Amino acid sequence: MIEIKNITKQFKKFKALDNVNLELKLGECIALIGPNGCGKTTLIKSILGMVLPEKGEIIFNGKNIKNDNNYKKQIGYMPQIGRYPENMTIGQIIEMIKSIRGNDNELDQDLYQQFEMNKLLDKKMRTLSGGTTQKVSAVLAFMFNSKVLILDEPTAGLDPIATNILKEKIIDAKNRGALILITSHLLSELEDLVSEIIFMQDGKLILHKGVSELKKDTGQESIAKSIVHLLKANN
Amino acid sequence: MMQVLKYVFIDILKNKIVIAYTIMLALFSWSAFGLEDNATKGLLTILNIVLLTVPLVSVLFSTIYVYNSNEFIELLVSHPVKRSKIWKALFVGLSLNMSAAYVIGVGIPLLLFAELGTALIMLVAGIMLSIIFVSVAFLCSMLTRDKAKGIGISIMAWLYFALLFDGLVLFLFFQFADYPIEKIVVGLSALSPIDLCRILILLRLDVSAMMGITGAVFQDYFGNNWGLLLSFALLILWIFVPFYISLRKFKHKDL
Repeated sequence: MIEIKNITKQFKKFKALDNVNLELKLGECIALIGPNGCGKTTLIKSILGMVLPEKGEIIFNGKNIKNDNNYKKQIGYMPQIGRYPENMTIGQIIEMIKSIRGNDNELDQDLYQQFEMNKLLDKKMRTLSGGTTQKVSAVLAFMFNSKVLILDEPTAGLDPIATNILKEKIIDAKNRGALILITSHLLSELEDLVSEIIFMQDGKLILHKGVSELKKDTGQESIAKSIVHLLKANN
Repeated sequence: MMQVLKYVFIDILKNKIVIAYTIMLALFSWSAFGLEDNATKGLLTILNIVLLTVPLVSVLFSTIYVYNSNEFIELLVSHPVKRSKIWKALFVGLSLNMSAAYVIGVGIPLLLFAELGTALIMLVAGIMLSIIFVSVAFLCSMLTRDKAKGIGISIMAWLYFALLFDGLVLFLFFQFADYPIEKIVVGLSALSPIDLCRILILLRLDVSAMMGITGAVFQDYFGNNWGLLLSFALLILWIFVPFYISLRKFKHKDL
């Protein structure tokens, strides 16, 4: 589904992505992990065309994403820090995104209902708490039944109940065969979700493996422990 | 693009500054025509106000608006919307609003009090001036990521076009008064949209004698229809060039 070939991105002197190669397939649920500032968000933003890499190319469904925008119709994106126009209300934001994306697919209103968005529609984005903003992001990301879901720290700032709802929703999407890319620092949270692990450090791809394979190789029973084991072995 | 434009347009309208600006322009114009006993005098008063305030408000408001739209742009870019469409929608939205403010504030009294031909030329010139400075604002906002710096640059641009440029031309005039530099000065005026507009309207009002010897030269160049067309073409160039450069920069910007 998504092929990333030799992409390199440099911000002034800082190399955020250094010759990264990846292939992500439909049906996989991938955890993108690594220390702060290792290039996770830059990688995600490159896939979305928000950051434009100097070198390399990204192929989405057989098509280079350069000079193309329609591929974004198949992506649901939940940003790490949702930044929204301050004086628009939740209702207006949702309406606008709906009208921009068109109504090709049937809308998925699950999260909208479970997060009780209908009570908040008149609230301005400026007045929202971090958690509520995150809920709006989640609603927008899941609303269009997208084949690809890109979730950047989806549970950061959410309360336990909301986190649970969101996790259920991610599992749902996984079961219907979507490609899911999650970044998170809470490894324990990813345990029962992901099927693949991508580990990055200093803009470089260190590891891309299936979870079971990783556990077998390191001889550990959880993802968290395997990663710690790997890090120790590397040092 | 219409979708995005709709939201931009409504958002700017909700921002009451444009309405306040319209009222301010209307107050100026109505009082200028009301105080002066002859319409030409009123027109000259308005001209001076318009040439200072329209560029200032256009460039400042647009620069700040573009910086404040950062979140809006970021949100849309992560959805299937072309970058160029977002940028164009912002530009058209701002231009429409600024032009509408001018037409309602200055245009209506102009059409009521001034002679039709003159009123129309001034109306078009003012609309062009509004759009040109929106375009300059877009360019300024693409030069730096820092909002304060961007606003600073746009104020500098205004100062340069509205005040400094005149001073420079005047300086040239006095320094080289002994040489035949009238043609050069005519050429130079193309470098400032505000001066282009001023010359256009002054010639129309037939007060070119007030501009001294060069008035005659200006009359030669701008007075006939070709001159009129040429200066409008130059004004259109002033709209497209800064906007086009900003669009190219925006397409390659990291969000």
